[in-house]
Amino acid sequence: MNRVALSDSGGTNIRLSFLQARLHLDGVLLTALIALAIFGVAVLYSAFGQDWAQTQQQIIRVSIGFAALFVFAQIPPRTLRRWAPWIFTLGMVLLLIVIAKGVIGQGAQRWLDLGFFRFQPAELMKLALPLVVAWLLADADVPPRATRTLLALALILVPTTLIAMQPDLGTAVLVAAAGFFVLFLAGIGLRWIAGGAVLLGITAPLLWFFAMHDYQRARVLTFINPESDPLGAGYHIIQSKIAIGSGGLFGKGWLNGTQAQLEFIPERHTDFVLAVVAEEFGLIGVAQLLAVYLVVVGRGLYIAAVAQDNFCRLLAGTISLTFFIYVLVNAGMVSGLLPVVGLPLPLISFGGSSLVTIMAAFGILMAIHTHRRLWA
Amino acid sequence: MRRVRRRRASKGQSSTPPWWRLATVSAVVVAVALAVVGRAFDLQVLNRDFLLDEADARHLRTVAIPAHRGMVTDRHGVPLAVSSPVFSAWAHPGELLEHRGRIPELAAVLERDPQELYRFLEQRAEREFVYLRRHMPPAMSERVRSLETPGVQLQRELRRFYPSGQVTAQLLGVTDIDGHGLEGVERTYNHLLRGESGAKRVLRDRLGRVVEDVELIREPRPGQDVALSIDRDIQYLAYRELKRAVRRHRAVAGSVVVLDVRTGEVLAAASQPSYNPHQRATMEPEARRNRVFANAYEPGSVIKPLTVAAALRSGALNATATFDTAPGTMRVGRHTVRDILDYGELDVTGIIQKSSNVGAAKIALLTEPRDLWQVFEDFGFGATTHVGLAGESAGYLDPAPPRGQVARATWSYGYGMSATPLQIARAYAALANDGMMYPVSLLRRDEPPSGHRVLEAQLAGEIRHMLEAVVEPGGTGLRARVPGYRVAGKTGTVRKAQAGGYREDAYVAMFAGYAPATRPRIAIAVVIDQPGGEFYYGGQVAAPVFAEVAAGALRVLNVRPDGHEERPTQSGRVLAAGGEQ
Repeated sequence: MNRVALSDSGGTNIRLSFLQARLHLDGVLLTALIALAIFGVAVLYSAFGQDWAQTQQQIIRVSIGFAALFVFAQIPPRTLRRWAPWIFTLGMVLLLIVIAKGVIGQGAQRWLDLGFFRFQPAELMKLALPLVVAWLLADADVPPRATRTLLALALILVPTTLIAMQPDLGTAVLVAAAGFFVLFLAGIGLRWIAGGAVLLGITAPLLWFFAMHDYQRARVLTFINPESDPLGAGYHIIQSKIAIGSGGLFGKGWLNGTQAQLEFIPERHTDFVLAVVAEEFGLIGVAQLLAVYLVVVGRGLYIAAVAQDNFCRLLAGTISLTFFIYVLVNAGMVSGLLPVVGLPLPLISFGGSSLVTIMAAFGILMAIHTHRRLWA
Repeated sequence: MRRVRRRRASKGQSSTPPWWRLATVSAVVVAVALAVVGRAFDLQVLNRDFLLDEADARHLRTVAIPAHRGMVTDRHGVPLAVSSPVFSAWAHPGELLEHRGRIPELAAVLERDPQELYRFLEQRAEREFVYLRRHMPPAMSERVRSLETPGVQLQRELRRFYPSGQVTAQLLGVTDIDGHGLEGVERTYNHLLRGESGAKRVLRDRLGRVVEDVELIREPRPGQDVALSIDRDIQYLAYRELKRAVRRHRAVAGSVVVLDVRTGEVLAAASQPSYNPHQRATMEPEARRNRVFANAYEPGSVIKPLTVAAALRSGALNATATFDTAPGTMRVGRHTVRDILDYGELDVTGIIQKSSNVGAAKIALLTEPRDLWQVFEDFGFGATTHVGLAGESAGYLDPAPPRGQVARATWSYGYGMSATPLQIARAYAALANDGMMYPVSLLRRDEPPSGHRVLEAQLAGEIRHMLEAVVEPGGTGLRARVPGYRVAGKTGTVRKAQAGGYREDAYVAMFAGYAPATRPRIAIAVVIDQPGGEFYYGGQVAAPVFAEVAAGALRVLNVRPDGHEERPTQSGRVLAAGGEQ
């Protein structure tokens, strides 16, 4: 690992910087992530009504996240590949435990109380599922054969269903999406894709009538017409849209957003933090924030493109896309383009579990990029 | 994402997935990112004005600035009713319930039961605003402030204080908790006192707390102060003496009214029982009546001077005439008129001095019914004084002269009609003022009022002369005497009416008079309702109240003594061996 220049199987020279070679960190990603984290802390300080104590908590969490990133960056991808089935098994066990006797928080059973902190096994599954599907499909044919594809589908659907049962529809959809990304990037045929679309078309109405909770249905209905219930279910979306709109092109300025500072925006420090950004920093601020996110995703996809094996490529692509899905679903939800699914804005929203997961995922991305070597 | 339509992948044998999948994905990523920015552009640029208005509609509220309610003062500017700032505690129930651990300490400070407070909040959890306690004592509001309980706010309000308390309770009346006058002066002059509230635009947060004043729309216009005609010192005096008499004689109620003879202003109006205006929970309905204005009594013998005035005015009676009242009873139709004693032969002054019913009846029977009725009407009986207090009684006077002899006879000594203490006092003020009657006023008069004549000055003088005899030895009102001053007046003792007749055991004792007798300054009516002790005659029960109130009021008004008896001994009392009707 001390070599500064390597060549890959294609004969191209691989140049690793000092940061990459020694610390297994990627400069572009790291810069973008740090920028996001600092911006996030500033926004939260405003969203908390300038409460320094809670802002400090977020700083601590961000630090833990970067620590996780650093740790995961040190793990060579092949080790990860070896562990993949076991990590997945652990995730499944934890999910089952949470179903059996989890802590009920905010009407849903999602947490495991480990004494010193509460842990959401679904967060682990966000990483474990793409890992195991990538592990399954890494050495498969292109496109993968039916048996493998079906096996992969089973690996996706079982944990997704468990998470959906908690109930945590948002996370379930994202975990499933991560799995499907792997499948897609692994090159499954169009027939599978078309079949899946038809199946979804059939099951969606069934899910609507038999599987979804009332509040989940309400969210979708509210999404379609938020003004139908402005003080109830539509309140979040309306207040959020107002905040975004009143920000205008340049925003009202940091700490000056009335919707945010007067506490009209619900969940303004968690899921709806983007509304605070939009109100205080305006369209310019939102566009810049999205640009940084695009840099992160673009760098991730680049890392996938230059990855040296299928496992790394699938994993890197999936992590990048899943991350982007997070951003888009959150942005869509806050701006009223998508139903409210209760998803934080990565790296900005207040919250520990998902932050650590995301940073760990970036650690893996960096590991993929910095542990490249000449194949024997 | 996965469902985005694309062309099918080429089926190669390579172990590497096709590169274009990644490229397609990248393109989709950029496209979706642009869609989000487009949405932001839609909201932040295209719909900006609409959404800005919507934001303002949520934050900006126009709220009223309460106007300071005017002060009620006595005639010298002494405050009788003042508004002072107090705090009310209110809560956003939802937010407070999120910190339910803090409810017990809050309940302790508010002096409410924690369980009850908790239930109270639970039942109102959907509301944005509930009062927890209004108009807290200053110490309590300080403690609530220092608790800093989430969801609990203080609101500055104005509370009405009545420094004179029970003394002026019914006169001033009360306001409701929002400062609207409900009774008494507070109600009558509400339009002057209330002022006009202002308005301001404020920035409010989601919980309804006012964060910032944005703009003043309209200054509040404070209410005017109202200066009453009441003299606080005389009011205190009247209240004290009335209360003492009511208690001593175990009466159910009583009232005293003091009028300024020269202006018609009400200097004092006390009523018993009274109440503490600051503790309305204990307020009895009976205590709320201002008996000076609201209760009409049959005036009894205090009306006799007017009977005489009617007879003299009509020419039916010669002032020097004498009447034989023996044997102390007289039959008029099926009705028997009775005196307490057989007074034998009495002149007109004697009839007034002894308060002979037989004599009064004989005088009335000499007089044309219309002449008799006209005097009563001229002196304002049967019509309100228009002093302006809600609930003022007009009393009762037949709208036409009486037909039969019985009615005329009973009228002559004050039965078959009714009058409020205020009406009685006004009639005596007119007698005292040489027959000029002034409209009564509860407001201080800064200019002399225009009155109207109800009796010729010379006749009024004759009547006054008779009234002075009442407090001379041999009269029924000896106990009304005031050291140092000459006073005049008339006693009255009436059986209380009940359905179908009169009660044998319940009386109303009265005294109406004025002082000083030579140059009258004040007129006073005293009514003691249903004394329960051994004394019940007006001369025994009501006259001493007159004496004390008159003595005090004359000193307060700095009236020069006109009396021949300068001795400080209260000879009036010593002399008053037996008061009569």
